[in-house]
Amino acid sequence: MAERRGDRHRPDDELPVYLARPGAADQASRQKHGGLFCRVRDAFESKTIDFDALSVGQRGSRTQRTGPEERKSPAVGRQGGKDMRTCGVQQNMEDEKSDRLLIKGGRIVNDDQSFHADIYMEDGLIKQIGDNLIVPGGVKTIEANGKMVIPGGIDIHTHFQMPYRGTTTVDDFAQGSKAALAGGTTMIVDHVIPEPGTSLMEAYDQWRQWADEKACCDYSLHVDITHWNDSVKQEVDSLIKDKGVNSFQVYMAYKDYYQLSNSQLYEIFTFLAEKGGIVQVHAENGEIIAEEQARMLQMGITGPEGHVLSRPEELEAEAVFRAVTIASQTNCPLYVTRVMSKSAADIISQARKKGNVVFGEPITASLGTDGTHYWSKNWAKAAAFVTSPPLSPDPTTPDYLNTLLASGDLSVTGSAHCTFSVAQKAIGKDDFTQIPEGVNGVEERMALIWDKAVTTGKMDENMFVAITSTNAAKILNLYPRKGRIAVGSDADLIIWDTDSVRTITAKTHNSAAEYNIFEGMELRGAPLVVICQGKIVLEDGKLQVTSGAGRFIPCSPFPDFAYKRVKARKQLAVLRAVPRGMYDGPVSEFSMSRGGTPSASARTSPTKQPVRNLHQSGFSLTGNPAACGPPTPDEVPIRPAGRRIVVPPGGRSNITSLS
Amino acid sequence: MSTAGAFFQSVSSDSPPRPRQKFCGVFCPVEGSADGKTLDALSACRGGGRVIDRQTDISQRRKVEIRESTGKEALQNLDDKRSDRLLIKGAKIVNDDQSFCADVYMEDGVIKQIGENLIVPGGVKTIDAHGRMLMPGGIDVHTRFQMPDRGMTAADDFYQGTKAALAGGTTMILDHVLPEPGVSLLSAFEQWREWADSKACCDYSLHIDITEWHKGIQEEMETLVKDHGVNSFLVYLAYKDIFQLTDAQVYEVFSVIRDLGAIAQVHAENGDIVAEEQRRILEQGITGPEGHVLSHPEEVEAEAVNRSVTVANQTNCPLYVTKVMSKSAADVIAQARKKGTVVYGEPITASLGTDGSHYWSKNWAKAAAYVTSPPLSPDPTTPDYLNSLLSCGDLQVTGSAHCPFNTAQRAVGKDDFTLIPEGVNGTEERMSIIWDKCVVTGKMDENQFVAVTSTNAAKIFNLYPRKGRIAVGSDADLVLWDPDVTKIISAKSHNSTVEYNIFEGTEVRGGPLVVISQGKIILEEGNLHVTEGSGRFVARKPFPDYVYKRIKARSRLAELRGVPRGLYDGPVCEVSVTPKTMTPVSSAKTSPAKQPSQPVRNLHQSGFSLSGAQVDDNIPRRNTQRIVAPPGGRANITSLG
Repeated sequence: MAERRGDRHRPDDELPVYLARPGAADQASRQKHGGLFCRVRDAFESKTIDFDALSVGQRGSRTQRTGPEERKSPAVGRQGGKDMRTCGVQQNMEDEKSDRLLIKGGRIVNDDQSFHADIYMEDGLIKQIGDNLIVPGGVKTIEANGKMVIPGGIDIHTHFQMPYRGTTTVDDFAQGSKAALAGGTTMIVDHVIPEPGTSLMEAYDQWRQWADEKACCDYSLHVDITHWNDSVKQEVDSLIKDKGVNSFQVYMAYKDYYQLSNSQLYEIFTFLAEKGGIVQVHAENGEIIAEEQARMLQMGITGPEGHVLSRPEELEAEAVFRAVTIASQTNCPLYVTRVMSKSAADIISQARKKGNVVFGEPITASLGTDGTHYWSKNWAKAAAFVTSPPLSPDPTTPDYLNTLLASGDLSVTGSAHCTFSVAQKAIGKDDFTQIPEGVNGVEERMALIWDKAVTTGKMDENMFVAITSTNAAKILNLYPRKGRIAVGSDADLIIWDTDSVRTITAKTHNSAAEYNIFEGMELRGAPLVVICQGKIVLEDGKLQVTSGAGRFIPCSPFPDFAYKRVKARKQLAVLRAVPRGMYDGPVSEFSMSRGGTPSASARTSPTKQPVRNLHQSGFSLTGNPAACGPPTPDEVPIRPAGRRIVVPPGGRSNITSLS
Repeated sequence: MSTAGAFFQSVSSDSPPRPRQKFCGVFCPVEGSADGKTLDALSACRGGGRVIDRQTDISQRRKVEIRESTGKEALQNLDDKRSDRLLIKGAKIVNDDQSFCADVYMEDGVIKQIGENLIVPGGVKTIDAHGRMLMPGGIDVHTRFQMPDRGMTAADDFYQGTKAALAGGTTMILDHVLPEPGVSLLSAFEQWREWADSKACCDYSLHIDITEWHKGIQEEMETLVKDHGVNSFLVYLAYKDIFQLTDAQVYEVFSVIRDLGAIAQVHAENGDIVAEEQRRILEQGITGPEGHVLSHPEEVEAEAVNRSVTVANQTNCPLYVTKVMSKSAADVIAQARKKGTVVYGEPITASLGTDGSHYWSKNWAKAAAYVTSPPLSPDPTTPDYLNSLLSCGDLQVTGSAHCPFNTAQRAVGKDDFTLIPEGVNGTEERMSIIWDKCVVTGKMDENQFVAVTSTNAAKIFNLYPRKGRIAVGSDADLVLWDPDVTKIISAKSHNSTVEYNIFEGTEVRGGPLVVISQGKIILEEGNLHVTEGSGRFVARKPFPDYVYKRIKARSRLAELRGVPRGLYDGPVCEVSVTPKTMTPVSSAKTSPAKQPSQPVRNLHQSGFSLSGAQVDDNIPRRNTQRIVAPPGGRANITSLG
């Protein structure tokens, strides 16, 4: 397999170039290993997996495992060699296309441990793990030779085929998921962005349609909440209940467009906490950005450097801080997308230390490169780096974020892959605020993290699996179906080659964009074989993807990973009033001109509407509430003051007495 | 209030007046000696023996002696009796930087001489301090006397309030002008001036609160700074739909404030979240004062402090956080200072002296007396923590936010805590509480005490060294401090008019023995002699050095430059009509900061342009025209690498 390394660099073909050539002769050599099988088939002892003995505390996976087994092959007993064989025979009768695959001699790396075992997959599921497996004849066998077998990566943040002012990003679901698979990512989670004012459900259906047609790997969807009212609330509810969406993103940036107010955030957070969703937040202070952008343009700075100058790191940190505060008030799990700066990451790690349920997602770009390129003399190159929040000009940022990722303060990694061609970026050639935002990264994500974090010794391979795959699966409530190599899990696997070195360049990448922000970077570590849905999609540098093969994976609400703590806290957080006697002293006269803060969003906010406005006080000494109150909607009932506690518990007390 | 002098009586009964001895003997030689007049402060600071003297004095419970002029000096006393000449002998002068022993002579409300063996005219009134500490009078940076609230007025007007301040050793107050939204700042300012001029007993100055934002406000701010001696403005991040400003507005206000050279003060609480929480709490049936603290959690305060620090950093504007009530807010300030932000934090008497556990009192009136915003933290370790930060310099100044309401006024919110008028007492107790919590416990020394109660405030608000220091030429606002006096704070004996004192029953050590304001003795032997209307408005100039030296240096550095690039000559994508309107500032129409006709020159504005066009031309910029022949020749900007 070593010879493949050299081949991969051959840039002679235009398509997925670097994966193109080497393996014409390879298929034949595979067959030889059939011999190994026969022996195995005869051995009847120590069959399947003593997997449970190996890994402690994954009870969840065991229960989950039974589901698919029952569906596909009821005969698979946990230890039953005979059953195994019969089952094998039965299934052999089926179409040859049912992908049976055996990986021999690999070192399985999960987020908790690594161990040597063989893996047998069938119909896109992992059926057996262990030594000396009994498998049906004729299965394709991959000899791993002790290389690591890890769960396929989950890219938790992509924007494929995102519409932007009448055009779309250059990487559609086919191109994007192909790039993902080439990099060892076997599942992507894309963001549905409904235009403000349009239906979430329609946008969701639209995205589903695009992705079902084209995606080459499994996918799931986040839905962005770009405006907030009663109908959006209902749609969110039905998306959670019926459509398999459990994460929703809100924007604190993009003033007058996507941005929501603090009160709206509070309402959304409260609502999602109730429904078991995950709140994702694009954290930047949009108001200040708008001011800064105006200032930059006024100063005559129109190039991409204006983008980073108008979005200083502090604004990101500020918004993260605010989001953490609101989440903590509403007892809602928070997920911060695109952690781009040290200070934002610091806020997250501080919040975690204080016990907040918050997850941070650095992206490939922030882990791999920095924002010094915004000052590039090459406009197109500088513009290629434009994303929000911007890459930090501080060159120590990537290292710092990798460290926090290794220490567990940041939990997951995405790519925020959202590529535009130079022509599209050039919409903003005279005004940086018009440059469409987004960088590439879906293909480079796994290798880059391996290179920056594992080869440098910051994290071990288990942590690598956790942050590239397992944690994401847990947050989305897909664990252990995804994010783990276990019996019953999906057969999304990678054989990882720790020694391969390759240089990233736009000439060989799978994205359609002309620029790669990691251009020229040499990375150690790459996927050797990628198996998605039990099929080999990358082998010997050759990528074989099927557009439309990707399935939508529904996510259910209340993921344990986030909600166990939240639920426990909810039980504790009951507030109690102090029972007091009636106040019987004199009361001053007052006017309502400076009233008790009726919230502005009362008219539009959905959570408020059915609830009585308790801020409205009907208190008046004149006996005519309308006279002293502000103009109020007629339907609001005025609560008669002073009637609440007639016979207080503990008897009436004179509450004006000293102490 | 008739009980005005009561607690002083108790003090004097504690140490009865009779053991007063005549110390004339000490005086006489001084009058004769003609050398070493006005003070060499540094060399004067040799203290060992004296300190020991002082301590023995105290053990004898010697009283300060005030001596009227004797007939002998009649000759020199040609002036009007009323020109207050005052000599304080044998005091240990405590400034924020050092302590030394010297005599102080003042005349016409100004300190004229400091030193040993001063030559003074005859007929001066002399106070013998016997080595006690003489400090600059306290400056209470935050009061709200006579504040209107929904047709009610805070229980202490300028007379009552300043009287209470003087009784506690505070000789200057800075009150907040709170214009109702829609009312002009200037007319509100005039209103407050009128109230204060007629009633205040000590010098005062005014902060202006910005409760709304439009072009007119900006002009008024300029006028106030230039012609009316105001250099600080408060913005609210709380009180949704009443006083609250949006982040964008705050940004603009801060930019204006920086250009004017004033201080941006901020009431830091996230009003949006507070409003939501209030609604939620009321929904749960919690209507008592405990709902106030439950709906204003500490985090919400810290969040707003963090946000205002961010905005201040962006605008390069000095920030002053009023009412630091919680540990986490104080932490945010301390962190921001470590990062280099010019930010000041003001804990108040209440947050330094008590905590929020009282909100759960069964006595409604008592619980309501603690209602203020941000609320007192229910965490009982908060006062200690804030005192520590005050001692180490992370927090710099102390106010009282004195704005008490009597129980009948509070009862407006008897069925709904959101209606309870907010404000606590504290102007009278401020100095003693800090002395007791910080100096007695050894957290800070007396110099730092002077710094946090007076000097820092004077520096920040550009009153230094007229106020906040004992030096020749400074105002004769002095306090002779007795570190040993003990008293129990009680509503029965305080000078405020309200029925509750939030420090009720707190025993504090340390209090003023003599208070001198404008060169006149206001408090002596427990007797308070105040004159209504004697307080003067003290005008303050913009650009205080203490604050703006750093700001100025930074604004010189902060110039940003664009990257000169060639013209983009590649293909450009068609754009559909629905633009992604991220940029245009919504408040641009109303925002004064963005108007081209700025009277103050915007130094951030760069005139750099190769085409010869200047920014000041005010012509709509056409970007494609800017760089026709870039330096270094035209580059093909689409080429790789």
